[in-house]
Amino acid sequence: MINNKFFGRRRPEPSRPIPPGQYLEDGFPVLSAGPTQRIDIAAWDFTIEINDKTVGSWSWDSLNALTQSDIHTDLHCVTKWSKQDTDWRGVTIDTLLADAGVETPTGFVMASCDGGYTTNVPAADVIDGKGLLVHTYDGEPLAAEHGGPVRLLIPHLYLWKSAKWIRSLKFTDQDSPGFWERYGYHMYGDPWREQRYTND
Amino acid sequence: MSQTVTQTWQIATVTSVHDESSRVKLFTLELAHITPFRAGQHFDLRLTAPDGYQAQRSYSVTSSPDEPNSIELAIELISEGEVSSYFHEAVEPGDKIEIRGPIGGHFTWSPVAAKPVVMICGGSGIAPIMSMLRHRNSTGSDVPALLLFSTRTVADILFRDELETMAHHDPKFHLVNALTRIPTIGSVFAKKFEQGQIGRREMRRIDRSMIDAAFAELGVKPARAYICGGSDFVESMANHLLNAGMANNSIRTERFGP
Repeated sequence: MINNKFFGRRRPEPSRPIPPGQYLEDGFPVLSAGPTQRIDIAAWDFTIEINDKTVGSWSWDSLNALTQSDIHTDLHCVTKWSKQDTDWRGVTIDTLLADAGVETPTGFVMASCDGGYTTNVPAADVIDGKGLLVHTYDGEPLAAEHGGPVRLLIPHLYLWKSAKWIRSLKFTDQDSPGFWERYGYHMYGDPWREQRYTND
Repeated sequence: MSQTVTQTWQIATVTSVHDESSRVKLFTLELAHITPFRAGQHFDLRLTAPDGYQAQRSYSVTSSPDEPNSIELAIELISEGEVSSYFHEAVEPGDKIEIRGPIGGHFTWSPVAAKPVVMICGGSGIAPIMSMLRHRNSTGSDVPALLLFSTRTVADILFRDELETMAHHDPKFHLVNALTRIPTIGSVFAKKFEQGQIGRREMRRIDRSMIDAAFAELGVKPARAYICGGSDFVESMANHLLNAGMANNSIRTERFGP
């Protein structure tokens, strides 16, 4: 439907395309469903479970002792903003799985966080370098309001999948909805296919 | 807990436009398809220019879910805001708007959650909370409720008359307005303060002592909190409530995007 009196305030064309329905944002907005979690690094740990069995557990120090990866990527939030050219450092999920000495899992994975947040993605979307635990943004320790000390980063999906304050990944055969997915947000969340809500 | 998002876009008709403050207009939209929603949810709006350019934004519903045939949205004029400026400068009754929703489900309230509730908002962050308070009012809920509403001046208090009327008639609803721009003694603003002292007015930002005093007035410690406003405001208020002893999982926040 055309709104005849609407012309928009066109911003300069992004250097690279952004997904449909998105606009470019220079800042880094904070959107969380509850209070920012304040996490003591000394007490922090991260575990991976495969079919209800814990296969690996890492402290802050052991996470930092693993091979670190740098990623330069764009972010796309379901609230319509996109941010290009962000720089992150962390550990790929592949590196964690290799450190745990387990085969690459199939099926689905549920991310769980301090504060009770959860989100689900297919296992394939966190392997082959597509998913990382990140602790550094733009060369600085990741701020608490952006999910620090450690958040999940899956930049090819809408940003609600990149869970802040991550504490575990649980791989299972069955997909089940996480926090926002239970409220009607998309189970997969591909910004390029504009999968914002369940049936998109 | 499961919520179905109304997936398809529908065309809504603007039935009224009202200046609520110098920067906020209220728009009532009549929906072609009756769309039940929960107090606190939002809708997505989509504008399409004649050449196909589109812009989408989300706006919280301010009206009560007890009137599902139409929704009221509070739209603040944002500088450089292509959607808000269109609404402020061009939209008139009779205009059609593409819309879908309701969306969201965490930042919602219903009287079934029979817990004393504190709501804290800054500026147009009142929008989803107004829907909750109107719903509470229209259902006759006696759940104790406290609203701490931060604005720059009295003139920026959206829904001021309605909130004061609620506070006047309902002993279980406590209203505190925090005014962050200190008026000069004897100025027009100062004179306005002297009129109509329903609810309490504080001439400073919301701080821990204001929250503690308001909890004492309510007479019961809130077991659920809703905070809505700019990101820094929400951050600061959530920390106050945590420090005041509220549980992490009892605090629900909605932070304005860019």
